Amino acid sequence: MDQILSLAATNLLSPIILSFALGVAASLARSDLNIPEAVAKGMSIYLLFAIGFKGGVSVADHGIDGTLAASLLAGIVLSAALPIVAFGLLQVMGNLSRLDAAAVAAHYGSISIVTFVAATSVLNSSGIASEGYMVAVAAAMEAPAILSALWLISRGGDSRRMDPELLREIMLNGSIVLLVGSFFIGWITGTEGLAKIEAFIVSPFQGVLCLFLLDMGLVAGRGLRGGSGVLKPGVLTFGVVMPLVGATFGCIAGLLLGVSTGGVALFMVLSASASYIAVPAAMRVALPEANPSIYLTLSLGVTFPFNLTLGIPIYIAVASALTGG
Amino acid sequence: MQTHKAKRVAIIIEQVMQSRLTDAMERAGVTGWTVLPVLGGSGDSGTWSREGQVSRGTGMVQVLCVIKPERLDGLLDAAFAVVERHIGIVTVSDCEVLRAERF
Repeated sequence: MDQILSLAATNLLSPIILSFALGVAASLARSDLNIPEAVAKGMSIYLLFAIGFKGGVSVADHGIDGTLAASLLAGIVLSAALPIVAFGLLQVMGNLSRLDAAAVAAHYGSISIVTFVAATSVLNSSGIASEGYMVAVAAAMEAPAILSALWLISRGGDSRRMDPELLREIMLNGSIVLLVGSFFIGWITGTEGLAKIEAFIVSPFQGVLCLFLLDMGLVAGRGLRGGSGVLKPGVLTFGVVMPLVGATFGCIAGLLLGVSTGGVALFMVLSASASYIAVPAAMRVALPEANPSIYLTLSLGVTFPFNLTLGIPIYIAVASALTGG
Repeated sequence: MQTHKAKRVAIIIEQVMQSRLTDAMERAGVTGWTVLPVLGGSGDSGTWSREGQVSRGTGMVQVLCVIKPERLDGLLDAAFAVVERHIGIVTVSDCEVLRAERF
């Protein structure tokens, strides 16, 4: 137990998590600190490319084991199933309309790629190995949740169809294209390819991630400030309980698949995180009547900070304890 | 200088709906428009600002077009079919243009 607490404390005091906390604090204190939109966009492109590329190189180095396909399938199943769990929990805790509950549920089946990047970084700095193909699992978990949410709505007699244009936008959204594309580039070019761009892609990564999370902290703080009056206590509690429920499902999946300690932790992180980029856009198209203040405040203002500050250390500590890693 | 009567249609709509709206406008025979970013605002859905948005789902744009008066109904029917369920404002105003053949 002492070891788990010590690991959690170390992760909590890492530069990336403290940078995020600085952003939240500055925003809540109404500081004028601001990262220009184009700079934030540039940093997110850099981080996605770097994390995808390094995942691909790792797969090229260690080869593919039999669990790759099963992990992808598990990711898809988790993404499709978690919205149903979230929807059920919201019926008990949230007292939201069916549309709002389904929209929120979709966010909790999908993933936050920034949380995934931060967790990968914390794992690397703690010397805990994970499977490189978890990047592909992350990409596979973006979309199924949206289909589940639309199915939940249709069960209530309100038929919403996934229009082909929306499906194309989800499957080809910039983050997925960059992540999967750079993963394949890393896989194809391997260690040799990494050596050529190492100075750009490895050394600056932690520093860029710190700045990016500072910006995300500012965004999350603004979300908290603006949405504080929107969320009732039950919904607010859901924003903290659901990540733990999701992480439990992710943990079971990772243990059943027999992935490494880092792999189990990443399954937990992916299942615990909630989307705030792809799914809000999809919900605005498919369920425009759902209130964006509820799902954005919950995913970005409550669950995202929870996962970054407390969730990641907890998930890594639990994965380490259960796998003996 | 000779001017000609025209209609100016301004549609403020969510960014995610932009391509759906302009596709519908094209199908209605309108081939010229301008898209402007919207910095922020306030309405039924509360106050929002472009600053610090991370999702494409939360931005707004304004689609502007100037057309001959006789084409207005076709444009509005096409546009309304897209914007009906969504946050947004559609306004129509009279204007005058110099080169009528361009509209």
